[in-house]
Amino acid sequence: MNLTLFGQLASFALFSYLVYRFLWDPITNMLEERRKRVADGLAAAERGQREQELAEKHAREVLLEAKEQANEIIANAQRRADEIVEGAKDDARIEGERIVSAARSEVDQQINLAREGLRREVVALAIEGAEQVLKRKIDAKTNSEALEKLAAQL
Amino acid sequence: MSGLLPDSSNPVEYIQHHLVNLSIGEGFWAIHLDTLFISWLLGGAIIYAGYRVGRDLSLERPSGMQNILEAVLEFVDDLVRSVLGRGHTMIGTLAMTAFLWVLLMNLMDMIPVDLIPWLVGLFGADHFRAVPTADPQAPLGMALLVFVLMLYYNIRIKGFYQYMMEFLTHPFGIWLFPINFVMKLIEEIAKPLSLGLRLFGNLFAGELGFLLVALLPFWVQPVPGTIWLLFHLLVVVLQAFIFMVLTVMYLALAHMGHEEH
Repeated sequence: MNLTLFGQLASFALFSYLVYRFLWDPITNMLEERRKRVADGLAAAERGQREQELAEKHAREVLLEAKEQANEIIANAQRRADEIVEGAKDDARIEGERIVSAARSEVDQQINLAREGLRREVVALAIEGAEQVLKRKIDAKTNSEALEKLAAQL
Repeated sequence: MSGLLPDSSNPVEYIQHHLVNLSIGEGFWAIHLDTLFISWLLGGAIIYAGYRVGRDLSLERPSGMQNILEAVLEFVDDLVRSVLGRGHTMIGTLAMTAFLWVLLMNLMDMIPVDLIPWLVGLFGADHFRAVPTADPQAPLGMALLVFVLMLYYNIRIKGFYQYMMEFLTHPFGIWLFPINFVMKLIEEIAKPLSLGLRLFGNLFAGELGFLLVALLPFWVQPVPGTIWLLFHLLVVVLQAFIFMVLTVMYLALAHMGHEEH
């Protein structure tokens, strides 16, 4: 045991202090900062992943909604088309019926007209026949009233 | 030249010559210049490298040396935490310094035993021991610092009274206090002694092994030399590691009451 021992003791203390000063303290701080940064990075990554999941979910929802809307639109259009076709059919039928009934009434009118004409001719013929038969006995002017009645009865 | 190094044909003289330090002063006042010089050189290298690394630490891209020092620091820190349950700057720093420094000092043993003595012999030094840890002064000096810190922490953490009570009541209870006191005293003193002497003994044996190999004829030396070198390389690293672990253990124990350990 001599002075060397105490020299070594002092050296150990001094070097330890310098190691603390130059290495331990800075490296410990740096490691702490690195730990924090890694933790932050992981947290950010997790947050990003969660956000992505949310966005994907949102996108799925939007897509689903769009599909539903499209289906609805298609169904509406189908219904509308059916309605239009149905309406057109009805219109056509009504129009047809109208045309048919118009034609029919025209026909009736013509028939009536023809009948009227015939009647007049029949009346005229009858009168003429009666005139021929009753040439002298019946005065056309005095008996015209009776003849009109007869004509109306025909 | 023949005056600087002893003839290896006289084994006893050869070995004895290698076991004398380059020193000035006598008795207690002797200073081993070789031990102090080499240990300062290696300590200085650690501090210089530490200063270079610590000056610009890189958070994202640590350099090679920074990686090594970070790994050592984290290893020591983990050890302190596992023993003490929390980090401790003083213990950690001391243990890290001890590990790096002792490792480098031990590795001086890997340099051929006659090379450095021959080199300094050219400058007129008649003796030179290149391995500081093979000189009992160095490891015991370091162990003494650990011992002083042990006492300091024991008294600071537990208080002088509590620490004395440990001396008087541990392990046999208060009625056998003289025996307790002696046993505890031996236990406490044995700590730094075993810490220092274990390191010294191993390195001394290693140096002696190399000296014995060096005494063999040169054509025999390679085989036993290589075997001893490989074996001793393990010992050198292991002893540095053990010194570090025990430093942590002793200083951590000083922080705990004896009911805790």
